Amino acid sequence: MAKCSFTIPPKLALVLIVAFTLILLLPAIGIEFGNPQADVTDQYYIDNSQVETGSNNVVTSIVFDYRGFDTLGEATVLFIAVLGVTMLFRRKL
Amino acid sequence: MVTGLIGRTAGKLLVPFIFIFGFYVVVHGHLTPGGGFQGGAVIATGIALILVCFYYQECVNKYMSLTTFKVIEAAGLVLFICTALSGIVLASGLMFNWANANGSLFGHAVEYGVNAGDMLTAGIIPVLNFAVGIEVFGALSVVLLCMFAGLKETTAEEDNK
Repeated sequence: MAKCSFTIPPKLALVLIVAFTLILLLPAIGIEFGNPQADVTDQYYIDNSQVETGSNNVVTSIVFDYRGFDTLGEATVLFIAVLGVTMLFRRKL
Repeated sequence: MVTGLIGRTAGKLLVPFIFIFGFYVVVHGHLTPGGGFQGGAVIATGIALILVCFYYQECVNKYMSLTTFKVIEAAGLVLFICTALSGIVLASGLMFNWANANGSLFGHAVEYGVNAGDMLTAGIIPVLNFAVGIEVFGALSVVLLCMFAGLKETTAEEDNK
Protein backbone atom coordinates (compact mmCIF):
# COMPACT_ATOMS: atom_id res chain seq x y z
CA MET A 1 0.00 0.00 0.00
CA ALA A 2 1.31 3.43 -0.86
CA LYS A 3 2.20 5.65 2.05
CA CYS A 4 0.34 8.91 2.51
CA SER A 5 2.88 11.61 1.87
CA PHE A 6 0.84 14.59 3.02
CA THR A 7 0.57 14.86 6.82
CA ILE A 8 -0.80 17.59 9.06
CA PRO A 9 1.01 18.20 12.37
CA PRO A 10 -1.26 17.37 15.36
CA LYS A 11 -1.15 20.89 16.86
CA LEU A 12 -2.22 22.45 13.59
CA ALA A 13 -4.99 19.86 13.30
CA LEU A 14 -6.24 20.75 16.78
CA VAL A 15 -6.27 24.47 15.97
CA LEU A 16 -8.10 23.76 12.72
CA ILE A 17 -10.76 21.66 14.48
CA VAL A 18 -11.39 24.35 17.12
CA ALA A 19 -11.54 27.10 14.50
CA PHE A 20 -13.91 25.10 12.31
CA THR A 21 -16.20 24.38 15.28
CA LEU A 22 -16.30 28.06 16.20
CA ILE A 23 -17.16 28.99 12.61
CA LEU A 24 -19.99 26.46 12.63
CA LEU A 25 -21.28 27.87 15.92
CA LEU A 26 -21.39 31.46 14.57
CA PRO A 27 -25.07 31.36 13.47
CA ALA A 28 -26.10 30.28 16.98
CA ILE A 29 -25.15 33.66 18.47
CA GLY A 30 -28.18 35.66 19.48
CA ILE A 31 -30.70 32.81 19.51
CA GLU A 32 -32.38 32.46 22.87
CA PHE A 33 -33.62 29.16 24.20
CA GLY A 34 -37.28 28.33 23.56
CA ASN A 35 -37.74 31.11 21.03
CA PRO A 36 -36.98 29.74 17.57
CA GLN A 37 -36.47 32.17 14.70
CA ALA A 38 -38.40 30.11 12.15
CA ASP A 39 -41.67 28.81 13.59
CA VAL A 40 -43.84 28.71 10.48
CA THR A 41 -43.38 25.03 9.65
CA ASP A 42 -44.09 23.55 13.07
CA GLN A 43 -47.20 25.66 13.50
CA TYR A 44 -48.34 24.43 10.06
CA TYR A 45 -47.84 20.83 11.15
CA ILE A 46 -49.76 21.37 14.39
CA ASP A 47 -52.64 23.08 12.59
CA ASN A 48 -53.01 20.91 9.49
CA SER A 49 -51.51 17.46 10.05
CA GLN A 50 -54.68 16.01 11.54
CA VAL A 51 -56.78 17.01 8.54
CA GLU A 52 -54.19 16.29 5.87
CA THR A 53 -52.98 12.89 7.05
CA GLY A 54 -55.77 11.70 9.34
CA SER A 55 -53.27 10.77 12.03
CA ASN A 56 -53.88 11.97 15.58
CA ASN A 57 -50.18 11.62 16.37
CA VAL A 58 -48.39 14.58 14.80
CA VAL A 59 -44.97 12.92 15.12
CA THR A 60 -46.17 9.88 13.15
CA SER A 61 -47.76 12.12 10.53
CA ILE A 62 -44.38 13.82 10.01
CA VAL A 63 -42.30 10.63 10.10
CA PHE A 64 -44.52 8.55 7.81
CA ASP A 65 -46.20 11.16 5.62
CA TYR A 66 -44.49 14.54 5.30
CA ARG A 67 -41.00 13.04 5.65
CA GLY A 68 -41.83 9.53 4.46
CA PHE A 69 -38.88 9.37 2.10
CA ASP A 70 -36.55 9.88 5.07
CA THR A 71 -38.17 6.90 6.82
CA LEU A 72 -37.66 4.79 3.69
CA GLY A 73 -33.97 5.65 3.89
CA GLU A 74 -33.90 4.79 7.58
CA ALA A 75 -35.42 1.38 6.93
CA THR A 76 -32.88 0.75 4.18
CA VAL A 77 -30.02 1.82 6.46
CA LEU A 78 -31.24 -0.64 9.11
CA PHE A 79 -31.44 -3.38 6.49
CA ILE A 80 -27.89 -2.72 5.31
CA ALA A 81 -26.59 -2.57 8.90
CA VAL A 82 -28.09 -5.99 9.64
CA LEU A 83 -26.60 -7.25 6.38
CA GLY A 84 -23.20 -6.14 7.67
CA VAL A 85 -23.76 -7.85 11.03
CA THR A 86 -24.73 -11.15 9.40
CA MET A 87 -21.65 -10.92 7.20
CA LEU A 88 -19.45 -10.25 10.23
CA PHE A 89 -20.87 -13.18 12.22
CA ARG A 90 -21.03 -15.72 9.39
CA ARG A 91 -19.95 -19.26 10.29
CA LYS A 92 -18.51 -20.63 7.06
CA LEU A 93 -17.29 -19.11 3.84
CA MET B 1 -29.87 -21.98 28.64
CA VAL B 2 -27.96 -18.93 29.70
CA THR B 3 -29.78 -17.84 32.83
CA GLY B 4 -30.89 -19.48 36.06
CA LEU B 5 -34.21 -20.45 37.59
CA ILE B 6 -35.32 -16.89 38.41
CA GLY B 7 -34.66 -15.64 34.91
CA ARG B 8 -36.38 -18.66 33.38
CA THR B 9 -39.56 -18.22 35.44
CA ALA B 10 -39.70 -14.47 34.88
CA GLY B 11 -39.15 -15.01 31.17
CA LYS B 12 -41.98 -17.51 30.82
CA LEU B 13 -44.24 -15.04 32.61
CA LEU B 14 -43.18 -11.91 30.74
CA VAL B 15 -42.70 -12.99 27.11
CA PRO B 16 -46.43 -12.99 26.10
CA PHE B 17 -47.01 -9.60 27.67
CA ILE B 18 -43.95 -8.14 25.93
CA PHE B 19 -45.23 -9.41 22.57
CA ILE B 20 -48.70 -7.97 23.21
CA PHE B 21 -47.27 -4.62 24.29
CA GLY B 22 -45.02 -4.44 21.24
CA PHE B 23 -47.93 -5.27 18.95
CA TYR B 24 -50.01 -2.59 20.70
CA VAL B 25 -47.29 0.02 20.16
CA VAL B 26 -47.04 -0.87 16.45
CA VAL B 27 -50.79 -0.93 15.80
CA HIS B 28 -51.50 2.30 17.70
CA GLY B 29 -48.61 4.09 15.99
CA HIS B 30 -50.85 6.76 14.47
CA LEU B 31 -52.76 7.42 17.71
CA THR B 32 -50.35 7.21 20.62
CA PRO B 33 -46.62 7.85 21.07
CA GLY B 34 -44.58 5.08 19.50
CA GLY B 35 -44.72 3.50 16.11
CA GLY B 36 -43.10 0.91 13.94
CA PHE B 37 -39.51 1.35 15.07
CA GLN B 38 -40.29 1.36 18.78
CA GLY B 39 -42.82 -1.46 18.65
CA GLY B 40 -40.53 -3.64 16.56
CA ALA B 41 -37.74 -3.11 19.07
CA VAL B 42 -40.09 -4.12 21.91
CA ILE B 43 -41.07 -7.35 20.11
CA ALA B 44 -37.39 -8.11 19.45
CA THR B 45 -36.84 -7.72 23.22
CA GLY B 46 -39.29 -10.60 23.69
CA ILE B 47 -37.24 -12.68 21.23
CA ALA B 48 -34.10 -11.86 23.23
CA LEU B 49 -35.84 -13.02 26.43
CA ILE B 50 -36.85 -16.29 24.73
CA LEU B 51 -33.28 -16.87 23.60
CA VAL B 52 -31.96 -16.19 27.12
CA CYS B 53 -34.60 -18.17 29.02
CA PHE B 54 -35.08 -21.30 26.94
CA TYR B 55 -32.74 -23.76 25.25
CA TYR B 56 -32.07 -21.53 22.30
CA GLN B 57 -30.42 -24.16 20.13
CA GLU B 58 -33.65 -26.15 20.31
CA CYS B 59 -35.71 -22.99 19.71
CA VAL B 60 -33.58 -22.05 16.71
CA ASN B 61 -33.74 -25.54 15.19
CA LYS B 62 -37.47 -26.02 15.72
CA TYR B 63 -39.29 -22.69 15.64
CA MET B 64 -37.19 -19.71 14.66
CA SER B 65 -34.31 -20.24 12.30
CA LEU B 66 -32.11 -17.44 11.01
CA THR B 67 -33.70 -17.80 7.58
CA THR B 68 -37.17 -17.13 9.00
CA PHE B 69 -36.12 -13.82 10.46
CA LYS B 70 -34.21 -12.87 7.32
CA VAL B 71 -37.38 -13.48 5.29
CA ILE B 72 -39.48 -11.49 7.81
CA GLU B 73 -37.05 -8.57 7.65
CA ALA B 74 -36.93 -8.52 3.87
CA ALA B 75 -40.72 -8.88 3.67
CA GLY B 76 -41.15 -5.83 5.92
CA LEU B 77 -38.89 -3.72 3.73
CA VAL B 78 -40.59 -4.92 0.55
CA LEU B 79 -44.04 -4.16 2.02
CA PHE B 80 -42.84 -0.67 2.94
CA ILE B 81 -41.46 0.02 -0.53
CA CYS B 82 -44.57 -1.38 -2.24
CA THR B 83 -46.84 0.80 -0.09
CA ALA B 84 -44.67 3.81 -0.88
CA LEU B 85 -44.76 3.04 -4.60
CA SER B 86 -48.55 2.55 -4.55
CA GLY B 87 -48.75 6.32 -4.10
CA ILE B 88 -47.20 6.75 -7.55
CA VAL B 89 -49.58 4.26 -9.17
CA LEU B 90 -52.84 5.32 -7.49
CA ALA B 91 -52.17 8.99 -6.81
CA SER B 92 -49.75 11.77 -7.59
CA GLY B 93 -46.44 10.87 -5.97
CA LEU B 94 -44.25 8.68 -3.81
CA MET B 95 -45.66 8.16 -0.30
CA PHE B 96 -48.86 10.00 -1.19
CA ASN B 97 -51.50 9.23 1.44
CA TRP B 98 -54.17 8.19 -1.06
CA ALA B 99 -56.21 6.11 1.39
CA ASN B 100 -56.83 8.97 3.81
CA ALA B 101 -60.50 9.83 4.41
CA ASN B 102 -61.83 8.09 1.29
CA GLY B 103 -64.10 5.62 3.06
CA SER B 104 -62.02 2.49 2.54
CA LEU B 105 -60.24 0.49 5.25
CA PHE B 106 -58.18 2.94 7.33
CA GLY B 107 -60.10 5.63 5.48
CA HIS B 108 -62.38 7.07 8.16
CA ALA B 109 -62.35 10.83 8.40
CA VAL B 110 -60.76 12.15 11.58
CA GLU B 111 -62.32 15.00 13.48
CA TYR B 112 -60.25 18.08 14.14
CA GLY B 113 -58.98 18.82 17.62
CA VAL B 114 -58.33 16.73 20.71
CA ASN B 115 -60.12 13.39 20.55
CA ALA B 116 -59.64 9.80 21.63
CA GLY B 117 -58.81 8.66 18.12
CA ASP B 118 -60.13 6.03 15.76
CA MET B 119 -58.13 2.95 14.83
CA LEU B 120 -59.27 3.04 11.20
CA THR B 121 -57.96 6.47 10.24
CA ALA B 122 -54.80 7.82 8.61
CA GLY B 123 -54.81 5.98 5.29
CA ILE B 124 -51.53 4.26 4.49
CA ILE B 125 -49.79 5.36 7.70
CA PRO B 126 -50.88 2.24 9.69
CA VAL B 127 -49.69 0.02 6.84
CA LEU B 128 -46.31 1.75 6.77
CA ASN B 129 -46.13 1.48 10.57
CA PHE B 130 -46.83 -2.23 10.36
CA ALA B 131 -44.20 -2.72 7.63
CA VAL B 132 -41.56 -0.89 9.63
CA GLY B 133 -42.54 -2.86 12.75
CA ILE B 134 -42.08 -6.18 10.92
CA GLU B 135 -38.78 -5.04 9.48
CA VAL B 136 -37.29 -3.80 12.77
CA PHE B 137 -38.48 -6.94 14.57
CA GLY B 138 -36.84 -9.16 11.95
CA ALA B 139 -33.68 -7.10 11.77
CA LEU B 140 -33.01 -7.03 15.52
CA SER B 141 -33.86 -10.74 15.79
CA VAL B 142 -31.33 -11.55 13.07
CA VAL B 143 -28.69 -9.59 14.99
CA LEU B 144 -29.62 -11.38 18.23
CA LEU B 145 -29.51 -14.85 16.64
CA CYS B 146 -26.18 -14.13 14.97
CA MET B 147 -24.65 -13.06 18.26
CA PHE B 148 -26.26 -15.85 20.34
CA ALA B 149 -24.85 -18.45 17.95
CA GLY B 150 -21.41 -17.94 19.51
CA LEU B 151 -22.52 -18.68 23.09
CA LYS B 152 -21.99 -22.03 24.77
CA GLU B 153 -25.21 -23.30 26.35
CA THR B 154 -25.76 -25.90 29.04
CA THR B 155 -27.90 -28.99 28.56
CA ALA B 156 -31.09 -29.92 30.42
CA GLU B 157 -29.24 -32.57 32.45
CA GLU B 158 -26.70 -30.05 33.70
CA ASP B 159 -29.42 -27.62 34.71
CA ASN B 160 -31.43 -30.18 36.66
CA LYS B 161 -28.43 -31.41 38.64
